[in-house]
Amino acid sequence: MDTPAGQPKTAPEPEPRFTASIGPHIRSGETVGHIMWTVSASLFPAAALSVYYFGLPALMVLAVSILSCMAFEAIAQKAMGVRVSAGDGSAFLTGLLLGMNLPAGVPFYLPVLGAAVAIIITKQLFGGLGYNISNPALIGRAFLLASFPRLMTSWPVPASTLSLARLDAVTAATPLGILKEEGYDKLLTHFVDKTDMYTQMFLGHRGGSMGEVGVLALLLGAGYLLVKRYITWHIPFTFIATVATITWLSGGDPLLAMLSGGLVLGAFFMATDYVTAPQLKNAQVAFGVGCGAITALIRIKGGYPEGVCYAIIIMNLFTPLLDRAFTPKKFGAPGTGGAKVKA
Amino acid sequence: MTAFKGGIHPPGHKEATENLPIVQAGMPDRVVIPMSQHIGAPANCIVKVGDLVKKGQVVGEAQGAVSVPVHASISGKVIAVGNFPSPMGFDAPSVVIENDGLDEWVDGLIEHDDYMRIPPPELLAIIKGAGIVGMGGATFPTHIKLDPPKEKKIKYAVLNGAECEPYLTSDSRLMEESPASVIEGLKIIMSALRVTEGFVGIESNKPGPIARMTEEAGKVACELMTETYYERSGLEVDVPKGCRMGVKVVPLEVKYPQGSEKQLIKAVLGLEVPPGHLPMDVGVVVQNVGTAAAIYEAVRYGRPLIERVVTVTGPGVKQPKNMRVRIGTMFSDLVVQCGWLRDIATKVVMGGPMMGIAQSALMVPVIKGTSGIVAFTGKDTPVVDIGPCIRCGRCIEACPMGLNPGLISQLIEKGRFEEAREHGVLDCFECGSCSYVCPSGRPMVQFAKWAKRELAKKKVKA
Repeated sequence: MDTPAGQPKTAPEPEPRFTASIGPHIRSGETVGHIMWTVSASLFPAAALSVYYFGLPALMVLAVSILSCMAFEAIAQKAMGVRVSAGDGSAFLTGLLLGMNLPAGVPFYLPVLGAAVAIIITKQLFGGLGYNISNPALIGRAFLLASFPRLMTSWPVPASTLSLARLDAVTAATPLGILKEEGYDKLLTHFVDKTDMYTQMFLGHRGGSMGEVGVLALLLGAGYLLVKRYITWHIPFTFIATVATITWLSGGDPLLAMLSGGLVLGAFFMATDYVTAPQLKNAQVAFGVGCGAITALIRIKGGYPEGVCYAIIIMNLFTPLLDRAFTPKKFGAPGTGGAKVKA
Repeated sequence: MTAFKGGIHPPGHKEATENLPIVQAGMPDRVVIPMSQHIGAPANCIVKVGDLVKKGQVVGEAQGAVSVPVHASISGKVIAVGNFPSPMGFDAPSVVIENDGLDEWVDGLIEHDDYMRIPPPELLAIIKGAGIVGMGGATFPTHIKLDPPKEKKIKYAVLNGAECEPYLTSDSRLMEESPASVIEGLKIIMSALRVTEGFVGIESNKPGPIARMTEEAGKVACELMTETYYERSGLEVDVPKGCRMGVKVVPLEVKYPQGSEKQLIKAVLGLEVPPGHLPMDVGVVVQNVGTAAAIYEAVRYGRPLIERVVTVTGPGVKQPKNMRVRIGTMFSDLVVQCGWLRDIATKVVMGGPMMGIAQSALMVPVIKGTSGIVAFTGKDTPVVDIGPCIRCGRCIEACPMGLNPGLISQLIEKGRFEEAREHGVLDCFECGSCSYVCPSGRPMVQFAKWAKRELAKKKVKA
């Protein structure tokens, strides 16, 4: 091989110290951590409202839940010999959601056990972030409900007391509980009138789990996520609309149905979980309808006053099927752009 | 006109150079001309050490049908023939020519005043002889693209002036400063293809080029088109009554990858090329605006492809420029002319930041497909840890081909290449939109490249 004569007269060759990776060489800057912390932040108004209504016990439950989740994640990952990512915000979010699904005054071992089931069993044993087949916080809650039914249905009184508190000095039934046990008209007697009932439920003056009480606060957070396109309307709107429609068709009060139970929390923050919900928009609509249908079914016909938690868990198991049933339309596939090709 | 579904909006970063007129790059002391700057068989080297060559002289002959010749871009003496690093990432057989400073054209360049009367076969021969390839970066031999099989009824010629990659402004400046060359080139393309409708797609963030090109396009009158050779010679032109004849400039939504051929056709004409097919299957041929200008140079003035416009830019250079560069000029020569920030530049990309090829060193030459050289510093290109797919679906929203990149990447990760093929990995043209949006930093383009290679191996074995 011939060699070039003479040295180049222009600048000398810089030492090759360049990164020669495969493109793209720019990124949007979005990270998993940023997404998780943003969703957690959007729950802050509702969480803060809960603490305001239920006081220190609420804060304790939330804190224990969050810390347990993060701790169990670190322990599980260490034990399994994988990289510890407990600080990435996903365990924090699970802890926050789990806590918000609990009554405010439960003993500390409930959130701890719930966290263990949520993180170790539901998430880490299946492979960690991205691999869990159902929503960890909801599995944790379902476990607690099955294991500690009395503790999990003792709803403390909100601090600024109102009509429902007159029922019971320490705990109050949730509106759905009253609805199931005693019927709609009885429920109405706890409020001045229908408008008062809706308003109270919207603003959060009622018994319930910490996360379900502040509908307005939840919607504020959810609104932010929608605007910034962290979530889209496909799951939450169809979920809530289906519950309202079925309730209305069966003679119930659709507005009450929309405002009560963990529906708003579940539809906007739990059914929309990336890992356990379908990825494709059409599949998401089917998912939302399924969640709504099961929720309504349990509420109307089932033994529980509330069905959101179980509806989501059940529909999570259908997610792979739904994603397969609705594959995305490939560019140029028949029925798209109208290009006829003589092959 | 509908745009395509999907795509992303990375920051454009074109402000530094979009208003800078093209300047002639400093004449290089020597050039390295690779024998392969195109898709297809490499050219066959016909010179040896010691030969004196003139600018535009053939130094490598085309090998076969899908090949083009390569020419000397300066006049001087051949000082080396052998394997030298190419910016495509491997060593390629190349010819090194030392500049004699005279810059003399080779004899025998044929000019054509009346180029619109040249029959298509002769046009194609001129284009091949000039070594013209797709200058948008794909470098497909142009004479092949302009000669589709007889069964494909071509109706439209589209010029790609989208330039959707961030940082790059070479096509934009070419259209702004030499719109006539581009439009004349398009006319020649239309003549070669025997079509009467031509389009130029330009992203709407380039108002200057749109205006200049629209002005030029307006001069392409109906009468001109009907006076082309095929009319005169009696060949039939299928011109239904009232059809549009001429050239239309179409402003496009600013979105990456609008400059991708299939997405461009969708946006300009509303047609979708089916998976596994080519634009000619829907009656369209697309060419880059730079290629069109090169075609004009070759047909009108007989000049082969020996230089092109390159945008040298990025945070790693102090004075970004649009430069007219001789093929074979070293990257090192060019970055120095633009205020090379030696101490802080950590990545140099040939092309744009989305699909460009990162270089390991600067001693590589500018080739026919080099639209830009973008120098990055450390903080522009952080190293991202690869995380698991969290099924957020951002990649699905971004993919312009309607694929599920996250799922495909997971299948490839587990070695399930056949399933990846079923999910359409072969339709992926590696635009990188998926990796751009992925919050887990998954290298989906890399996965796709790997899968394609594995599937190609299986095909060879089978």
